[in-house]
Amino acid sequence: MSNGGGDGFILEGVRRLGAVAIFLVRLFGECLPALRRPRLLVHQIYNAGARSLIIIMLSGLFVGMVLGLQGYDLLQRFGSVDALGTAVALGLLKELAPVVTALLFAGRAGTALTSEIGLMRATDQLTAMEIMAVDPLRHVAAPRFLGGVVAMPLLTAIFSLIGLYGAQLIGVQLMGVDKGVFWSQMQGSVGLRDVTEGMVKSVVFGIACSLIAVHEGYHAEPTAAGVGLATTRTVVASSVITLLLDYVLTAAFL
Amino acid sequence: MVVDVRGLHYAVGGRPIFAGVDVQVRRGRITAIMGPSGTGKTTLLKLITAQIAADRGEVRVRGEDLAALSRSEIYALRKRMGMLFQNGALLTDMDVFENVAFPVREHTNLPEALIRKLVLTKLQAVGLRGAAELMPGELSGGMARRVALARAIVMDPEMLIYDEPFVGLDPISLGVIMRLIKHMNEALGITSIVVSHDVRELATIAHDSYLLSGGRVAAAGAPEQLRASDSPAVRQFMTGSEDGPVAFHYPAPDYAAQLFAADES
Repeated sequence: MSNGGGDGFILEGVRRLGAVAIFLVRLFGECLPALRRPRLLVHQIYNAGARSLIIIMLSGLFVGMVLGLQGYDLLQRFGSVDALGTAVALGLLKELAPVVTALLFAGRAGTALTSEIGLMRATDQLTAMEIMAVDPLRHVAAPRFLGGVVAMPLLTAIFSLIGLYGAQLIGVQLMGVDKGVFWSQMQGSVGLRDVTEGMVKSVVFGIACSLIAVHEGYHAEPTAAGVGLATTRTVVASSVITLLLDYVLTAAFL
Repeated sequence: MVVDVRGLHYAVGGRPIFAGVDVQVRRGRITAIMGPSGTGKTTLLKLITAQIAADRGEVRVRGEDLAALSRSEIYALRKRMGMLFQNGALLTDMDVFENVAFPVREHTNLPEALIRKLVLTKLQAVGLRGAAELMPGELSGGMARRVALARAIVMDPEMLIYDEPFVGLDPISLGVIMRLIKHMNEALGITSIVVSHDVRELATIAHDSYLLSGGRVAAAGAPEQLRASDSPAVRQFMTGSEDGPVAFHYPAPDYAAQLFAADES
């Protein structure tokens, strides 16, 4: 019996993956020229980064507080609350900060990127650029992509810092863990490799989420429904890819 | 000849849009491309500006076969063209001044003072120097189209392409746009292609005209010649009559049968 449906699904998946890969290569090709327009790039870092700050800081604080609370509850069962600083720092720096930042980035900055570029397509702005002999990939897509790639590690770092402060707030100020022990344990056991792991993840997530957002917007069907669908796809695809890549990178770093 | 289209065939999803179309646009003249909605007027513009490629036939612009050009050569050719989109297609994250300055900034290294003079001159030509600091969202449809026109002429193109320039305009804006098209042609010698189905407006400004229908050129010549044509398809379009070869109704099953079928179900 034929399994045409399954074959079709796989073929379509491979075709889409190939299209995204080609788009990524073209995008990388346009990144150098885009770097020569620092004004455009700074504007996009501001859009993707600075405008996501409040949601990142708030989430970082709450995630840190929850980590502090759960960590304390867990560690006190084994009589080792002194290790709270280490546990929280490792959890945040290596895992939660890059992953949660990427998920929030996909929901805030990613959707904004997709809908903006999609609407530019729907209102002929990208075609107008083409007719004016200006490559929209260079002028619209590349700066937005780069802006996202630069913003993600910065946001992750801010998330980590605020998260650590939130954990300290609960662990030290509320639960009474010794302040000196909390920080010295952390300092003693968290190495550069742990920080690097988190930062590498954030760069990879930055590339993946920005690529998906820009690609979906650039190829959105130029209708209201098409732009809406592309925006949804950005969130879904970014979230799934982030979690998948997280597993791959965690395994690679072990 | 600025644009020479010969034996053009183009289909979308198996549905033929053009089946052997010939269109010639002569230098320094206003050429009108007319036809009922859905006859592929905008598609023809996309073919002339190399946004899409013909299935068969030849599209030559300034003597160059578009099918044989590389991407950079197409871009070089486009620098000599300006196009006015139906909705203006202004870049919404820039104000009016920056929109008009956009092609200049992209393609030249002119000093800021010179760019400012150039942009203000073009905005003055379309009567919107005072609106330089407005954002596209603050403009009316007619104003947006005039800003788009200023942007289209800022690089002093040899050819201007207008896609449905009269749609949705009030009589005053329509008159202004018509005068501007005529002025661009007479004062600056710009070759113009105007795609529209507004017969009356086109008849007053066009030198040559083509009527597209059913994937072919149904008639060609001066607007007066088209009006005098005894072809039923041409006469129906020029007079806006409901009766003629172009049916009012989209193909559908028998009306009464469909109504009764609905009752029975």
